[in-house]
Amino acid sequence: MTVASEERKWAMGVLACAEPEALSALWEDWPGKPAFTWLRKPESGLVMVRGRMGGEGAAFNLGEMTVTRCALQLDDGTLGQACVQGRSAAKAEVSALVDALHQRSGDREAVRREILLPLEEARAAARQALAAETAATRVEFFTMVRGDSE
Amino acid sequence: MSLAPGFEDPVLEGQGAFRGVLNAMARPGSVQALAGLPQAPAPLSPVAAAIALTLVDHDTPLWLDPALAASQPLRAWLAFHCGAPVVDSPAASAFALIAEPLAMPPLGSFALGSETYPDRSTTLIVQVQGFHDEGPLLSGPGLAAPRRFGALPLPSDFWVQLRGNRALFPRGVDVLLAAPDSLAALPRSLQVEAD
Repeated sequence: MTVASEERKWAMGVLACAEPEALSALWEDWPGKPAFTWLRKPESGLVMVRGRMGGEGAAFNLGEMTVTRCALQLDDGTLGQACVQGRSAAKAEVSALVDALHQRSGDREAVRREILLPLEEARAAARQALAAETAATRVEFFTMVRGDSE
Repeated sequence: MSLAPGFEDPVLEGQGAFRGVLNAMARPGSVQALAGLPQAPAPLSPVAAAIALTLVDHDTPLWLDPALAASQPLRAWLAFHCGAPVVDSPAASAFALIAEPLAMPPLGSFALGSETYPDRSTTLIVQVQGFHDEGPLLSGPGLAAPRRFGALPLPSDFWVQLRGNRALFPRGVDVLLAAPDSLAALPRSLQVEAD
């Protein structure tokens, strides 16, 4: 896999997991929204999420989740695709636009700085908050040494 | 690289095209007008493109005739919108798209299904210029009275081949003819009168 496609994979992953409100707020501030044509309008459906225990062995079905996908094309022919969590068509549209802009060398750095990194930080912060909340309820179990081994 | 869009309204236009194919199959040799057509890359015609978008998906191996297979934009369009694997052998295909009927392979070289699974045969989507009613006499299921039907251009021995196709029943191919703004069907149950 090339560096560019690794980078795109990361970007699409960030967009897929982003909070719709956070994404639309960041997109509001983006100057000069590009014109585009639809190739595939947003459509919601189910995908089966599969996993492997410990990252190896046979795959098992973890469960179904709702996703929305769409594809569009900017006026210069750049293809933007999105497959995002949830049923928000608006989120899918913005994600596909961000994906398209992210592929244009002129916009890549700005997209990364203004949209993708803030989203990733927000997600990391939310995870950390949840981890901290969970850690506060942690219970330590102690076992007394029994004397019958003597 | 630029990619052409598919249906503008996939649900309604897809249903419209499906209904058109259904009516054409139920009444062999009748001409069904089709509206809401996608703009596919040449040389695929809009009606043939609408049929492809409606029927072809990742489960249906697709065969393209040399004229269509040579067009890279078309292959990209089909890959994106239909997602069908393109196969080299007509006999391995569930659907075949044919832009140049005069150069098409004989009907017998496509998948004909088996006695146990007659549904595992190829459906041919053939692009023609238009229909006329001076062809051979057709009769069979779906036709209350025999009627004459023809399309241009078709290979000179096309109707003879179609009689051979009928002899294989329940095996055999089904043919969809796509004119510029309408379609007609020649299902395997059709009986073609000898000249």
